[in-house]
Amino acid sequence: MKNSETKTAAREHHIERAWCKGCGICVHFCPKQVHKLDEEGKACAVRPEDCIGCRLCELRCPDLAIEVIDRQAADRQGKDHE
Amino acid sequence: MPARDYIRERFFPHMWCPGCGHGIVLNALLRAVEALGLDKKNFVMVSGIGCSARISGYVDFHSMHTLHGRALAFATGIKISKPELNVIVPMGDGDAMAIGGNHFIHAARRNIEMTAIVMNNRIYGMTGGQFSPLSGYGTMGTTAPYGNIDHGFNTVDLASSAGATFVARTTTYHARELADFIGQAISHPGFSVLEVLSQCPTQFGRRNKAGDAPEMLESYRTGTARIDSKKKRENPDLIERGIFVQKELPEYCREYERIISKARGE
Repeated sequence: MKNSETKTAAREHHIERAWCKGCGICVHFCPKQVHKLDEEGKACAVRPEDCIGCRLCELRCPDLAIEVIDRQAADRQGKDHE
Repeated sequence: MPARDYIRERFFPHMWCPGCGHGIVLNALLRAVEALGLDKKNFVMVSGIGCSARISGYVDFHSMHTLHGRALAFATGIKISKPELNVIVPMGDGDAMAIGGNHFIHAARRNIEMTAIVMNNRIYGMTGGQFSPLSGYGTMGTTAPYGNIDHGFNTVDLASSAGATFVARTTTYHARELADFIGQAISHPGFSVLEVLSQCPTQFGRRNKAGDAPEMLESYRTGTARIDSKKKRENPDLIERGIFVQKELPEYCREYERIISKARGE
């Protein structure tokens, strides 16, 4: 994959704001510093284009509030259904 | 959350504190059940009392929230009457090892097919931070303001000695390993015990200067090592993670069926 392609955010981070309690685990352990806590203390993906898709934020979220969506996989799945 | 089909969304956000490890256990459990591809209607979760026990309210399985320490006894009744069900019994360290200690060792001795998950946060969190049988010597709690003088149990050794046929330990930091071990424990045809070191930043962390949730997770990374790993050999004091026991012995429900057939002269 070319670098330019990865920089157009291949993944989307769906964060359930009402469920997030702002513990900061996703922020602390993200190897690419994709997340930060916003002014309300909720997790927010500020650099989604840097995400490498390890899903550690999703797996370690104690609030079950994060889902990493692989756009290309989602597109492929969409095409399969057409 | 990919495993939304397996939760009761109406009860979210859950009641656990920010950064509580029990949420990570729930997260991994849902993934493990999803990966096994089993029908959620065939799962029963039976819990006792405590922060850990609240997990049974969040899963969309059959569930029972029972008496403190007695979850394994209720679960035994369910499993004996409907052996086709997968029975999961999440317990806290106090629930499993203190008030439920006797049920725990005897369920292990019988080798009844169910999955006991000991969510070990080393404290009675819900009641205000009293020390538990897994707090360990020298830790602080509301009932040990000058330091705890009780020595802790080793859950893995206790479960192994009591006869559990699957015994494993991991932590909430090792989230993938956690989901893998939960899956293996559910699939095991006998009594399986999985101890999960699960951080309690509010009650244990604060009193023991263990830091916030990310710091406590970091301590699981640095303070544990896989069985027989180089890291463990070089640092013998590290807590071991991995599968300690995995063997097959006659399972209680199947043995019970055999006795019934024999008594009927079949």
